[in-house]
Amino acid sequence: MGPRRSYDVIIVGAGSIGLPAALAMAEAGLRTLVVDQAASAGQGSNKAAIGGIRATHSDPAKIRICLRSIEIFSTWKERRGEDIEWHRGGYCFVAYAENEERALRELLVIQKAFGLKIDWLDKAAMLDLLPDLNPEGLLGGTYAPGDGNASPLLAAHAFFQAARRAGAEFRFREPVRDLILANGAVRGVRTDAGEYGAEVVVNAAGGWAAEIGRMAGLELPVKPDSHEAAVTEPVARFLEPLVVDIRPLGPSANYYFYQHKTGQVVFCITPSPSIWGLDTRETSSFLPLVARRLVSLMPRLRHIRVRRTWRGLYPMTPDGAPIVGWAREVKGFLQAAGMCGQGFMIGPGLGEMLAQMVTGRLSAEDRESLGLLSPYRSFEGQEKLK
Amino acid sequence: MPGFRIDRHPILTPLPAEAVPVTWKGRPLQAKAGETIAAALFAHGERTFSFHPKDHAPQGIFCANGQCAQCLVLADGLPVKACMELVRPGMRLEPVDGLPVLPRDAGPVSVRPVEEIGVEVLVIGGGPAGLSAAIELGRRGIGVLVLDDKHRLGGKLVLQTHRFFGSAEAVYAGTRGIDIATKLENELRTFPSVEIWLQSAALAVFSDGRVGVLKDGRLYVKVRPEVVLVAAGAREKSLVFPGNTLPGVYGAGAFQTIVNRDLVRSSERLFIVGGGNVGLIAGYHALQAGIPVVGLVEALPECSGYKVHEDKLRRFGVPVYTSHTILSANGTDAVESVTIARLDEQWKPVAGTERTFACDTVLIAVGLDPVDEFYDKAREFGLRVFAAGDAEEIAEASAAIFSGKIRGMEIARALGREAGEISPSWYATAEILKSRPGKTVPEKIPDEESGVFPVLHCVQEIPCDPCTTVCSRGLIRLLSDDIRDLPVYEAPDPEKACTGCEKCVAVCPGLAVTLVDYRKDAEHPTVTIPYEFLRRTIETGDRVAVLDTEGAELGEVEVTGVRAVKANDRTILVKVRAPRAVAKRIAGIRVQEDEAVKPLDRYVERTTDDTFVCRCERVTAGQIRALIRDGLRDISEIKAVTRAGMGSCGAKTCTPLVRRLFREEGVPESEIVDQPKRPLFMEVPLGVFAGTDESGGDGHGA
Repeated sequence: MGPRRSYDVIIVGAGSIGLPAALAMAEAGLRTLVVDQAASAGQGSNKAAIGGIRATHSDPAKIRICLRSIEIFSTWKERRGEDIEWHRGGYCFVAYAENEERALRELLVIQKAFGLKIDWLDKAAMLDLLPDLNPEGLLGGTYAPGDGNASPLLAAHAFFQAARRAGAEFRFREPVRDLILANGAVRGVRTDAGEYGAEVVVNAAGGWAAEIGRMAGLELPVKPDSHEAAVTEPVARFLEPLVVDIRPLGPSANYYFYQHKTGQVVFCITPSPSIWGLDTRETSSFLPLVARRLVSLMPRLRHIRVRRTWRGLYPMTPDGAPIVGWAREVKGFLQAAGMCGQGFMIGPGLGEMLAQMVTGRLSAEDRESLGLLSPYRSFEGQEKLK
Repeated sequence: MPGFRIDRHPILTPLPAEAVPVTWKGRPLQAKAGETIAAALFAHGERTFSFHPKDHAPQGIFCANGQCAQCLVLADGLPVKACMELVRPGMRLEPVDGLPVLPRDAGPVSVRPVEEIGVEVLVIGGGPAGLSAAIELGRRGIGVLVLDDKHRLGGKLVLQTHRFFGSAEAVYAGTRGIDIATKLENELRTFPSVEIWLQSAALAVFSDGRVGVLKDGRLYVKVRPEVVLVAAGAREKSLVFPGNTLPGVYGAGAFQTIVNRDLVRSSERLFIVGGGNVGLIAGYHALQAGIPVVGLVEALPECSGYKVHEDKLRRFGVPVYTSHTILSANGTDAVESVTIARLDEQWKPVAGTERTFACDTVLIAVGLDPVDEFYDKAREFGLRVFAAGDAEEIAEASAAIFSGKIRGMEIARALGREAGEISPSWYATAEILKSRPGKTVPEKIPDEESGVFPVLHCVQEIPCDPCTTVCSRGLIRLLSDDIRDLPVYEAPDPEKACTGCEKCVAVCPGLAVTLVDYRKDAEHPTVTIPYEFLRRTIETGDRVAVLDTEGAELGEVEVTGVRAVKANDRTILVKVRAPRAVAKRIAGIRVQEDEAVKPLDRYVERTTDDTFVCRCERVTAGQIRALIRDGLRDISEIKAVTRAGMGSCGAKTCTPLVRRLFREEGVPESEIVDQPKRPLFMEVPLGVFAGTDESGGDGHGA
């Protein structure tokens, strides 16, 4: 084996988190290497994301990070050139039951306190915004006009190209076999192709993050479950915001859908109970279930033709919040894992924060956010609205 | 009715059908009951169906087989594949122009859970392989569900007007494909354990062992099979050249569908790219339908199809340009001409050899790819699965019939319903039927110049034996037991020689047997020639140009008789009085004049950047080459960046082309990473999965 090539930082995973992190680190002047088991950028769970991007979460860390992500996504084209198909269509959570209205209204208070643009729409206002909604039993819902969506595929490639231009290096088709450790510190990674040295290793391995953590003796409480999604043919714009229906029904919790900038409707459902594991093979139960729900909510959708389905991983944590922070047991080992299916929207904001953690330039606000995402928190809480 | 319907055909019989009034762009148009929208539009000379939302490029058909989605039109406001959807009275047809507007609904709709049914054997595809397999299963009382996405059984057999090659004993050789389809269907329908769903397509094989099926084009059913047989056939390969998505550029199979199934003349002047059997036969079918064939190019130094097919075309007056390639299809809104050039030994076009031919249609016949995604998924998910016919391996339909039969027996054994062993000789026959053409020998003209005897203009080893089965005196035999061997006529005992019954002339699928009769006039023997064009095109007393096996002209002779009898199953036997010197060499009659096949005075060079790899998303070869040169090796990444493969056909058309570009760019196979295949096999309205009563689903009328 030849001499070990050295970097300032090695990122494990060229996905939703690893790609923007690589860009931020390379632009901060760090010699950056990204290694991934897949053949190209964004081929893990990134490409399974449907593309929704919102800041209207319930905890301050995710709110702050995603506000920054929205700024990055929404200005990408003017600042960097590539069209990542960003569309500021907003997010709507619709309510058909009183307990759902109550939950959404409670959340609204927290969200408004963080200065988020989000409001309650009554039934009439909601039908103005979404005229194709089934009006029967509709109570109203929240509307956050600042949220939006973009293409995860194009965004991943855009981050990848920008990171390359900024000097980051990439090694694909190289699963990490082991971390190189010495004297309680990380020294690099080992792949089938060789060893790469760095004083900092970032675990951004998504559904495989727990496995990478274990290489350094860390037990990260991250386990993936799987969700199926689909995309339709493109049609003329008829739907502005992304719609979330939080009612549980049968073997599903919520489901959500939006119309992409290029006209396709993309939708996804949350199984209940969760389907744990790394299985991403298509099942026969997804389409009938999600179709019944979508068509009941928005009858006009019955005519749109489904083009393709897929199944992606949500690397879940016990409390529904990401795990971000330095390992206490192993120096230089930075966790950025357990995005709970929100890696795409969290990635750009978090990528910058990770770079600042490495360069030691964190703001006070970011320090506070990181406290909430610490790998050593109690994990007892539950996010109000996943 | 307007003038594009074929109302007379030498082989096919147009049946009267009820007129179905529809409108196209607001104008009334008389369609026929039971035909597709594509057929109705072609029948009225409409060859541009829509405009692509991305660049407003005009779009016509490409596959006419429900695979590619290029032929979308709006039917009563909903996008449908014109090649699959049948016309309905009052249907409003419009081109798709820009993104379609999703129709509004008046109010809430009712939804239903999806029905799930169990079945012993699910057969995907009711073509030669699927039908043959289902017959074997039905014969043994095994429960079978046969799916076919078309409105009748037979698969591509229903397009084949010619007599089949192969073994007369094993696979109906000597019978026309269209008639084999009927024979197989009639037999299959006698078995009570067999259920047939037409206009029903498999949409996906799922990891939980279910197969999602679109029934009658509007109902979603989950099928839980014990065994799956994938007999879904093949899809036509596309080809990359400037102008390759102009309306008028489409597959040879698509052409056969419109002409032979729908009896619509889709072209006035045809050019064919590809000298395999599909292209050669399409040329023959065009001539039978009265469509001039301007030429055929084949990149290889020799056509890869059967030589008898090629010779037949040459004899009819169709130039076959081997070692030539298509440079471009030319025209603004539709094909107006085609430019070809000769290839050098490095496969590069030779400057100065360019020629342009006026034509309105360019057929792509550059090979087939198996429809194997269901098989691959079923394997991946651990289902018990078999494949037969083209879905297993591309070969002739006769091979598909036989492999289906074997697969049916194998499945019966797998289910414990068949005790006997399958004879090894069956597998040997299957291999023989699949075999590529063997060696070609110089034609041997017999020395004899007296009496009467057949001349076999059959010079290439192909699996074929009908001529040996019809001779009343058993005088035609193969050189060995192998049906690929050449046939010979031998009459050692002059008392028991040829009687001149002409059966061998009528039965030969290659139209490669003539009968020479010296008995009346040894100086001007009578030559009997098989002829499969309209009876009215030839009369006693006509002067016709006769040609040798490969199409060289032998002079003009007089027709002395025309015999069209039922026993010959639509093959007409033409007698000519020929000079002794050429009589035995005569193999055919020219049907197309030289004038029809002349190039334009100057060649047309197409300089526009419209060489498309992905038809659905309008991605050019240039875009993909640039990414390959930039180092991209993962087809998923190319797809993510360009959308090539993300369109409505589900990457069926472009994936082989992307791989081809990799090869052309010198990228080793080991570096290329394939994209995963995802459901669905075709686009289906969401309401179908919700159990709402949908009509106008993808491809099928309710």
